[in-house]
Amino acid sequence: MVEYWRWKEYRWHDESKDWRKGEFITAGVDVGSVSSQALVVVDGELYSFSNMRTGSDSPESARKAMAWALEGTGMTLDDIGFVVGTGYGRVNVPFSNKAITEIACHARGANYMYGSSVRTVLDMGGQDCKVIRCDEKGKVTAFAMNDKCAAGTGRGMEVFADLLAIPIEEVGELSLQVDEEPEPVSSTCVVFAKSEATGLLREGWPKSKVLAAYCSAMAHRIVTLLEQVGIEKEFAITGGIGKNIGVVKRLEDEIGIKALPPTYDTQIAGALGAALFAQNLLKKKLAEASKT
Amino acid sequence: MKAHYGYKDGSGDWFIIIDTDKCVECDDRGCVPACPWDVLEIILDDYDDEVCAVVEDQRKKIKYSCAPCKPDRDRPPLPCVAACPYDALEHSW
Repeated sequence: MVEYWRWKEYRWHDESKDWRKGEFITAGVDVGSVSSQALVVVDGELYSFSNMRTGSDSPESARKAMAWALEGTGMTLDDIGFVVGTGYGRVNVPFSNKAITEIACHARGANYMYGSSVRTVLDMGGQDCKVIRCDEKGKVTAFAMNDKCAAGTGRGMEVFADLLAIPIEEVGELSLQVDEEPEPVSSTCVVFAKSEATGLLREGWPKSKVLAAYCSAMAHRIVTLLEQVGIEKEFAITGGIGKNIGVVKRLEDEIGIKALPPTYDTQIAGALGAALFAQNLLKKKLAEASKT
Repeated sequence: MKAHYGYKDGSGDWFIIIDTDKCVECDDRGCVPACPWDVLEIILDDYDDEVCAVVEDQRKKIKYSCAPCKPDRDRPPLPCVAACPYDALEHSW
């Protein structure tokens, strides 16, 4: 059976870099509700990462993600000076030295990925949505999070991909192939949205139009959360839904602000922020150790 | 930092907003014992500041947890808000 919701897992490492020459090697592990990322930073620069689905066992997911990020690099966990865990499963990362919330880590990660001009970060994750305001150093100045319902999250999008038998990576593009924007479906509950969509398909709506209605609903739901905290330029999007052009485009149209174009994989922001926090904590630890 | 704890759902917006820049100045922390429903606690945040926050287990049900303090008529001041000398705490509803 084809699982249309199942996105591709992947890993990457910078083959041009010799990590052995690095002074500060740190890692961040983001165990989210849907996906887990492990990421290694060498002297403040991204060296490797992995992105995979979170299983039912969070510590095992963290271990697997870390092992995959290190695969083929010659690096082992013992070479890493400090590890920070983040995400829903942050307290379940067995090899972490500290846990930091994903709110602080996404702000820090976005600051690195998009630059110091970022003031509003929208993290559209697997089972929640977060709006984070931050300063020029990536420090959080305000935040709001909504994890009450799967509508407006990655998991909701996976449900729709499966319902319509469209690979999840193609949902965004297909949703834009409509002549005019349909009314959004229910935005407060993914179960209601799904039953509404089933009715629309029965009425003869093409899949693209149904997806447009859902992407539009999702964008609208996120806008209400953005308004709770307020939007300030520059505006950046992190998380898996940041790759869905159908949601991003509708969101930009509704708020009247263009999101900064992604220069890194939007899903690694949390793990990247965690690895950068880890670097500061490692330096602090080493400085304290040298005093004694 | 303005921390918005709570949620949005089909019935509305339910957030307790805590200004941690003000909250960190407080030595009294009277808001925590003032809440009769144990909604608030003191935590060490990500920047190592001791501040007030909504208890994790309460964040998805504060509409109901706070309801007894919000009668329809003759509503008295909210005990948590009244106990905060820095005006660091507000409710969105």
